Amino acid sequence: MRLVAVSAGLSTPSSTRLLADRLAEAARGDLAAQGHEVQVDVIELRELAVAVANNLVTGFPAPQLAAAIDAVTGAHGLIAVTPVFTASYSGLFKSFFDLIDPDALTGKPVLVAATGGTARHSLVLEHALRPLFAYLRAAVVPTAVYAASEDWGSGGDEYTEGLPARIRRAATELAALVAARPADETPDDDVAALERQLSDLRFD
Amino acid sequence: MQFGIFSVGDVTPDPTSGRTPSENERIKAMVAIALKAEEVGLDVFAMGEHHNPPFVPSSPTTMLGYIAARTEKLILSTATTLITTNDPVKIAEDYAMLQHLADGRVDLMMGRGNTGPVYPWFGQDIRQGINLAKENYALLRRLWREDVVNWEGKFRTPLQGFTATPRPLDGVPPFVWHGSIRSPEIAEQAAYYGDGFFHNNIFWPAEHTRRMVQLYRRRYAFHGHGRPEDAIVGLGGQVFMRKNSQDAVREFRPYFDNAPVYGHGPSLEEFTEQTPLTVGSPQEVIERTLSFREMVGDYQRQLFLMDHAGLPLKTVLEQLDLLGEEVVPVLRKEFAIGRPADVPDAPTHQSLRAGQEVSAA
Repeated sequence: MRLVAVSAGLSTPSSTRLLADRLAEAARGDLAAQGHEVQVDVIELRELAVAVANNLVTGFPAPQLAAAIDAVTGAHGLIAVTPVFTASYSGLFKSFFDLIDPDALTGKPVLVAATGGTARHSLVLEHALRPLFAYLRAAVVPTAVYAASEDWGSGGDEYTEGLPARIRRAATELAALVAARPADETPDDDVAALERQLSDLRFD
Repeated sequence: MQFGIFSVGDVTPDPTSGRTPSENERIKAMVAIALKAEEVGLDVFAMGEHHNPPFVPSSPTTMLGYIAARTEKLILSTATTLITTNDPVKIAEDYAMLQHLADGRVDLMMGRGNTGPVYPWFGQDIRQGINLAKENYALLRRLWREDVVNWEGKFRTPLQGFTATPRPLDGVPPFVWHGSIRSPEIAEQAAYYGDGFFHNNIFWPAEHTRRMVQLYRRRYAFHGHGRPEDAIVGLGGQVFMRKNSQDAVREFRPYFDNAPVYGHGPSLEEFTEQTPLTVGSPQEVIERTLSFREMVGDYQRQLFLMDHAGLPLKTVLEQLDLLGEEVVPVLRKEFAIGRPADVPDAPTHQSLRAGQEVSAA
């Protein structure tokens, strides 16, 4: 099976990318322990920034972006990680998901995560990312992971678990959803899918 | 196979001079372009219908009637007629009238328009777009085919004992194409009625066009009109040519970079690689256009968009000379090679009338 992590981090190295990698590796490990062979792909939106903007203008994706969209919509599980910009997901992150067909993520297991300079923005996961994926009818796992700068160097305290524990918990939830989902049927070719969609249409 | 041009009728500033033509200039330019199409041996001139600036052609049958009077052979068509917001009674009458004046050189392409606000301008609701296209077209067909129509529907007042006048020329309704870029429902409508399907094939990757045409062909066969390869397919395309490829790119680039429909996104090179837009020599245009057959199979009508992006009339007329003299003659020859004899041509008034006589006999 295939896991895809989307990272909207912009710097190199990027803590957003680091969080995406950690989450993907933890989910892969969980699934591997259950006997699944897992391929992980990470999509860096930075490399697609111009293509994303062009798609907004032209209405169609350039080949590299089309491949990224196909990878996301075809994945068995999705990990979506954004830095917090101005109290929300980044514009690039939102623009990328704006380009995905609103039905294409229906039912897909999704883990949402975000990074920021301060823990005060952690509810971005609940008031921005979770509603976005709820609209797309994805199955978002209960644990969303927020990593503030300070989380990378500290453990948990009496009120909360540390970042590694939250990563493990979220990844376990994602792996459970992915493993429980029935295997994809062999997809029709795209024209047959359209034909099926039209079979109810009446002109008389 | 038919070759022609289609004009959207936009008034766009020429980015190299900053000059915007007046509405009067643009309207007269469209006529000059249509007359040139006949002069250089093209088969079809199709024009858009729009009801908002910066577009001028709100009244296609007025313009097409004028062009009909000044041409002999050119088939006059639309790209597209708004089946959603025009009253089907008025479409039936306007185009039957045009048929008589043009001695049958008329067909139409149905479409749903380019902008949501057009619906309320004509008392309609955009949320009913597809349903309007379905009901209005079903009524239009009856108005052309039945001398007396009793009808009741959802979107306009009922008709009782109504006769649309004039009756279609020789009792043969104009052939209808259905134009759609994205809506599979419209491909289905074309297939259901056994009408033509036109994909404008511009601004989008070829793969998208292939999928829509394949859908139409399969559904055409499903609805019992013949084999998939009997379906009537038209494609658009847009080109800019000069004898020398580099000259074409150099001259067109400022138009591409600034046009409302292309500009400020991908580069000219990216856009020509990813969509059917071709900027280059006549030979490059020929090769690109011939590749459309590999994408959709043998087809019936190829229309080019030539007066786009604010190009001045003089340049467009030069383009039409190149198209008529250097491109289309080669395309006619090359498309004929390997084309199975049983693939139909695009229906014309003559062929439809002959078919009607055969079925009556």
